[in-house]
Amino acid sequence: MRSNGKSGIRRRRYKLAVWKFASCDGCQLSMLDLEDELLMLADSIEIAYFLEASKSVVRGPYDISLVEGSITTGKDVDRIRKVRRVSRYLVSIGACATAGGIQALKNFRDSKEFLSIVYAKPEYIDTLDTSKPISEYVRVDFELRGCPVNKYQLLEVISSFLNNKRPNIRSHSLCMECKRLNNVCIMVAEGVPCMGPVTHAGCNAICPSYRRGCYSCFGPSESTNVASIVKRYRDMLDEESIVRLFRTFNAYAEPFREVKRIE
Amino acid sequence: MNNEKGKDEMNSDKDGKKKESTKARDFKVGYLARVEGEGAMYVKIVDGTVKDARLKIYEPPRFFEAFLRGRRFSEAPDITARICGICPIAYQMSSIHAMEYAAGIRVGGMIRLLRRLVYCGEWIESHALHVFLLHLPDFLGYASAIDMAKEHKDLVKNGLAVKKLGNDIISIIGGREVHPINIRVGGFYKAPREYELQQLLERLDHAKDTMVDIIGFLARLEYPDFERDYEFVALKHEDEYPFNEGRIVSNKGLDIGVEEFEEYIVEEQVEYSNALHSRIKGRGSYLVGPIARYNLNYDKLHASVKSISREIGLGCYCSNPFKSILVRALEILYAIEEASILIKKYRMPDDHYIDVHPSNAVGYGCTEAPRGILYHRYVIDGNGMIKEAKIVPPTSQNQKAIEEDLYHFAQWYVNLSDEELVWKCEQAIRNYDPCISCATHFLKAKIER
Repeated sequence: MRSNGKSGIRRRRYKLAVWKFASCDGCQLSMLDLEDELLMLADSIEIAYFLEASKSVVRGPYDISLVEGSITTGKDVDRIRKVRRVSRYLVSIGACATAGGIQALKNFRDSKEFLSIVYAKPEYIDTLDTSKPISEYVRVDFELRGCPVNKYQLLEVISSFLNNKRPNIRSHSLCMECKRLNNVCIMVAEGVPCMGPVTHAGCNAICPSYRRGCYSCFGPSESTNVASIVKRYRDMLDEESIVRLFRTFNAYAEPFREVKRIE
Repeated sequence: MNNEKGKDEMNSDKDGKKKESTKARDFKVGYLARVEGEGAMYVKIVDGTVKDARLKIYEPPRFFEAFLRGRRFSEAPDITARICGICPIAYQMSSIHAMEYAAGIRVGGMIRLLRRLVYCGEWIESHALHVFLLHLPDFLGYASAIDMAKEHKDLVKNGLAVKKLGNDIISIIGGREVHPINIRVGGFYKAPREYELQQLLERLDHAKDTMVDIIGFLARLEYPDFERDYEFVALKHEDEYPFNEGRIVSNKGLDIGVEEFEEYIVEEQVEYSNALHSRIKGRGSYLVGPIARYNLNYDKLHASVKSISREIGLGCYCSNPFKSILVRALEILYAIEEASILIKKYRMPDDHYIDVHPSNAVGYGCTEAPRGILYHRYVIDGNGMIKEAKIVPPTSQNQKAIEEDLYHFAQWYVNLSDEELVWKCEQAIRNYDPCISCATHFLKAKIER
């Protein structure tokens, strides 16, 4: 228990849980990478379940659950449902949890690979043959993008929850971030294929700032025109390379998953 | 934590002596805490004798070796980085060295220097994470570093500051700390300016002092008196403490080139784990990681690091896995000093990468990840596409040694209460800083249908 300064109303410390499914651990590590804020964070919220960091487990229910990783096994389907039941607010963090991650490449294996254009949904013979985002199985209250997430955005999500406000996370394209940094457009000036125009902002345009094209760690932005950017890529790349560009960490995210072959 | 106690509650009397009993005790820790990824531990004790000790890895496989097929050689560093968020640099380095091997190119000069420097950053970050946040709470009796911070605030804060410094080195060179974006086959997309790195020098000096104090503190901890005769395996380089280059050597006569790895080391599948076990042909388990590197490369450490290791009485050889925390701390100190030296030497190069085009070739790469050697092999076709990939991460190499430790260690402490024994055994596993996320992704069986 702690008192809430001004009003004098005592309120319970919120309980936070961190869950892992199929992933690389990088997104939950981002929380431990908040070296300057970690102890402060631990003062304001009870870290009740976070196996990577602590062996003590406080029983649920939890006020906020951060979920890393994608669902790839039947057991994990059951587990995510349990997590949902014990969580008041569930946030999926990172490309695995929001789009199925790089392991979702297996979702495409049933199709005739890169060479047939299909706007179809992949056929799932067995859920175990797919890697899917958390939102395919349970209701998700907020999705934080990135491979990995931006740790300051993660902090923003947690503190927004504590302060009962909407997280201030922009969903426009990466180009806006690039412009704000005064970067010269790498695609226009140097002819380097860049996914910035169709990519969700959040990383602060690191790749263009290091003079390489964005490869879309954050997945599609809110309103993307994939067909149009594909046309532009055709001046620079062959068809297979274009498809590979979309087949990475957010391959299964709409509308990236529809890029198969361009006629 | 799913601590399921065995059928027999306690097996020892007040004096700690074992009572005669014919009952069996089983210990299961369903979810190991403070390790990276998902694993479990199982120990079976019958009549006071340990019968079985297993490290189970059930983290779902992610089949990276399959995804890599059909990708361009240049994509390997970014794709393999995603195997592990804790040591992405290691994956990027092993893959770029393998691609450069396939192309018959050796990269030197400032590019080589920057690679070494960014690796220093990863060692500092990853080791500090393990020493301060994951391992030290065991020694001081806390469930987590956050609990530990209540009574040891400065220690945790200083540890976090060291960790941040490692991350900052990675971020300046790599663009961000997890899955850096600036590393490519042949070099970097952009070379940092001298002043960007030089601004770290003051903090490196400060961190060095911090680590010297912390090593003194760690040396005074109580360590179980547990030693085994291990085969240590690490890279060995003529002039340097190894990061990216060297021969693969052991204290029992192994001395091979990186390309000979698969001739001498085999992987076996066991039914209870999603990770393959490695062993040296004709012998058995071996150990990679900080202790192995330290024992095989002690002479290449800076004089200042050696003098501290003498002061604390560790000397040039360590075969107590619990003291890996000391060795990690010494390696942090080494990496801090090395980073300082490299930054002072660094001049921004005109060419930040060399064109590399492997074609119809096989490439081998092996570098020293924080947890030990990480081996990559790629078969590249005539168009520069990956036909086959093989990756052997350090944790799967250590699995067999971890289980053997567990087996002997549980026997050693068989008289402890269940709760204490479980904690001790968990600690024995954490000695290796096992990265289960890494180890799991290589299950070969039944790759996609």
